Amino acid sequence: MSELVGRVALVTGGTRGIGLATVKALRAAGATVVLTGRDQAAADKAAAETGATALTLEAGDFAATGNVVKQVAAEHGGLDILVVNAGIMESGLLGMIRAEDVSRTLDVNVSGAVAAVQAAARAMARKRTDADGNPRKGGSIVLLASVVGTYGAAGQSVYAASKAAVASLARSAARELGGRGIRVNAVAPGVIRTDLTASLPADVLDKQSAAAALGRLGEADEVADVIRFLAGDGARYVTGQVLGVDGGLIV
Amino acid sequence: MAIVERLRTVFVDALELPEGTDVENLKYRDIEQWDSLGHMTLVAAIEDEFGVELDTEQVIDLSSFKVAADMLRGAGVDE
Repeated sequence: MSELVGRVALVTGGTRGIGLATVKALRAAGATVVLTGRDQAAADKAAAETGATALTLEAGDFAATGNVVKQVAAEHGGLDILVVNAGIMESGLLGMIRAEDVSRTLDVNVSGAVAAVQAAARAMARKRTDADGNPRKGGSIVLLASVVGTYGAAGQSVYAASKAAVASLARSAARELGGRGIRVNAVAPGVIRTDLTASLPADVLDKQSAAAALGRLGEADEVADVIRFLAGDGARYVTGQVLGVDGGLIV
Repeated sequence: MAIVERLRTVFVDALELPEGTDVENLKYRDIEQWDSLGHMTLVAAIEDEFGVELDTEQVIDLSSFKVAADMLRGAGVDE
């Protein structure tokens, strides 16, 4: 599979879970991939494992996020694919949510995504040439929403609100950037087996497995394959979509 | 070529301005071509032509041809 040969991709939060699986999927399709992580050692390890290059980034830092995007575009002669995967999930019932929990979730999940999309849109709008010297323009952005952003989940009001914001960002950015050949979509995973969901109680995970039409939890590579599809030319007429990857979750 | 000459060419190309446009007195949103979408195309074209990186504040402040020219001088682009 070589549909992404010659494309430059940036995956934020690419050290584990869906992000790491996405780095692997994009690399397998031939893309040059830069991943970011909060922790230098973890980022280096993921990069060594996948043949990507690593940068450290605190995803809630608006300015730093923009700078990382610019740096990648400058070092690789442009940017074709952005996957905004960096995110945090803090659970808390209403009545037990601190102001700083809200701010942190919105900073990482929403502000971080806006910063990345904004900087990527500028890089992708620029004319550049591919490895064969052909002119290219435009790009594909994939954001990570969540099934709870649409349907809600008890104990996840803030996380769900932040993911609804991400889905909304994808739709508006798609409208704004379509004219420049930039597609923006989101995937909305259901319950996927990652470190993020490992913290959920076992009975919750069992219930979620049963609630999926496919009768099981999802795997990170099953989300990554959809992200790779949206990133590539197979999805060239797809923009502004929020695609559920949830095994047919009945909420 | 002087900044103003090069910048005029960038404006005409990026915003697809008709011949005879008074480019040097243009202000943001004066004409339909220079709307918010045209603005981002223009910014990318200016960055490409002059090899500069405008930060977000500069992108927001870039409200006229004259401001753009001053910004480039401030960025150390040779006259």
